[in-house]
Amino acid sequence: MIPVKFDYLAPTSLEEALSALSEHGDDAKILAGGQSLLPVLRMRLNAPEVVIDLGGIDSLRGIRDDGDAIVIGAMTTHHVVRDHELVREHALLLSKAAAEVADSQIRHRGTFGGALAHADPAGDLGAPALALGAQFVIQGSGGTRTVEADDFFVDLFETAIGDDEILTEVRIPKHTGWGAHYEKFVRVAHQWPIVAVAATVKGSIDEARIGLTNMGSTPLRARATEAALAGASATEDGVRAAAEQAAEGTNPPTDLNGAADYRQHLARVLTGRAVLRAAGAA
Amino acid sequence: MTPLTLEWLMTKIELTVDGAAVSDDVEPRMLLVQYLREKLGKTGTVIGCDTSNCGACTVHLNGTSVKSCNVLAVQANGSTVTTIEGLADAAEGELHPVQEAFRECHGLQCGFCTPGMIMQAVDLLAENPSPTEEEVRLGMEGNLCRCTGYHNIVKSVLHAAGQTEGAKA
Ligand SMILES: Cc1cc2nc3c(=O)[nH]c(=O)nc-3n(C[C@H](O)[C@H](O)[C@H](O)COP(=O)(O)OP(=O)(O)OC[C@H]3O[C@@H](n4cnc5c(N)ncnc54)[C@H](O)[C@@H]3O)c2cc1C
Ligand code: FES
Ligand code: FES
Repeated sequence: MIPVKFDYLAPTSLEEALSALSEHGDDAKILAGGQSLLPVLRMRLNAPEVVIDLGGIDSLRGIRDDGDAIVIGAMTTHHVVRDHELVREHALLLSKAAAEVADSQIRHRGTFGGALAHADPAGDLGAPALALGAQFVIQGSGGTRTVEADDFFVDLFETAIGDDEILTEVRIPKHTGWGAHYEKFVRVAHQWPIVAVAATVKGSIDEARIGLTNMGSTPLRARATEAALAGASATEDGVRAAAEQAAEGTNPPTDLNGAADYRQHLARVLTGRAVLRAAGAA
Repeated sequence: MTPLTLEWLMTKIELTVDGAAVSDDVEPRMLLVQYLREKLGKTGTVIGCDTSNCGACTVHLNGTSVKSCNVLAVQANGSTVTTIEGLADAAEGELHPVQEAFRECHGLQCGFCTPGMIMQAVDLLAENPSPTEEEVRLGMEGNLCRCTGYHNIVKSVLHAAGQTEGAKA
C-alpha cells in the first residue's frame, strides 16, 4: 500500500525545520529515517498533510565527545551508533543494543533520535538510554530545553517532545570501561523483542544499571536488582538471586507473543543472563 | 479526512541509478521501489511484502543496503542508487561474483528473493569480506526466502567470499 498524499518539505537547517513545524502544527509530521513512519503511513494509520524531512540537516548527524558525556545527533543512524569508537568506549551498552535493532538495511536508515522519539515500548534503544541516564536536548521555536531520561518517556508512543519541537541530540553520560550486554528475546530474528534487558556494570560488580524493554508502556529500570547488585560479587548464584527482583514494579502487556506473567518470568531470567554477560562472567 | 488545503505539488528529484543520471517530477508519497519499477522500468527489484520485512526490494543507496519499499523516492534526491540490474555493469556483461556464486551453489529456487539476497550479500561482504557462517546468517536476517531454505543461500555468500563452507565457523 502507498501513503495518502502529502506535501513534502526538505529543510536544510534546523531553523527552517522548526518554522515549518510551527507553521503547519498538527498537520505536519517529522520524517527522520522513515523506518517507523513510512510503515505507519503505508498502512494509513496516520495521514499528515505535510511531511518535514530532517535528512538534509547535516548538523543533526554525528557523535562528539563533550567532556563527561558523549553527544549523539538525533539523525545518526543505528549503524553508525553501533560501530562508533566513542560509543564503544564510553557507552558500550548502546553499541550492543543498536546492533540488535531490526536488520542491516533498516539500521542503515533508522536513526537514534527517530527511534527514541517514536517511543515504541518494544523499541530496543529506550531501555539502554534510560539505564545510562541519557539527557534529551529538545528544541522548539521558543528555545532549547534538556529533559532527563526519567521524564522523557511518558507513555506508549508518547514522549516529552512537544508537537512543535524537534529532538536534536542526546547526551549520554560517560560510562567508560563499563561492561555491557543487551539480551533480547525474540520470536522473529529481525524484529522487536518480546522482552529485552539492557545491563551495564562497573567492575564486577561495583555498580549496575539495568533497563527493561517491553515490560510496561515505557522503558523501565530494574531498581531493586540494581540495589541488590551494588557491591555484590559477580557469581552466578548471587546475580541470579538479585535478578529475581527484576520484574518488581513492572506492568507488561499480554499479547499474542506472551502473557504478562510470562514476560515477568522472562525479565528475571534475561536479567540474570544480561548481568552475568555484562560482568564478563558468562 | 481533513480537507485538502494545500496544493499537492510534485517534487523534482535528480539522482543516479545504475550509473545513469535520471531526473523526474514525482509525488512525494511515491516509494523508491515504485519509482524504480514503474518510472524507470527496473523491475529486477521486486516487492515481496507490505511490511518492510522481506528484503526482496533491497538496493544500495549511496553504497549501503536499504529496503527500497521503506524509502520515499524524494528521500533519494541527490543520491546514487544501485539495483540488481546495475550490479554487473562494472564487470562488462559478466555476472558479479556474488551472482556467480548464487548460480554455482544453487542459492535460489523460484528466484523471487534473489535480487534482494544478492544486494544484501554484496553489502555484507563489503563490510566484512571474510565472514563466518554465523555472521552471514546474522547479516542476512532482513531477507526472507520461502523456498530455498537458507542453507544454499548462506553457502553462496560464503562461496563468494572465497571461503569453503564452514572453514571459519
Ligand atoms: C521490519 C522492521 C523491523 C524493525 N525492528 C526493530 C527492532 O527490532 N527494534 C527496534 O528498536 N526498532 C525496530 N524497527 C524500527 C526502527 O528501529 C526505526 O528505525 C526507528 O524506530 C525509527 O527511527 P527512524 O529514524 O526511522 O524514525 P522515523 O520513522 O522517521 O520517525 C519515527 C517517529 O518519530 C518522529 N521523529 C523522528 N525523529 C524525530 C526528531 N528528531 N524529533 C522529533 N520527532 C521525531 C517522527 O515524526 C515519527 O513519528 C523496525 C522497523 C522495521 C520496518
Ligand atoms: S518489499 Fe521491501 S521489505 Fe518486503
Ligand atoms: S528462492 Fe524462492 S523465495 Fe527465495
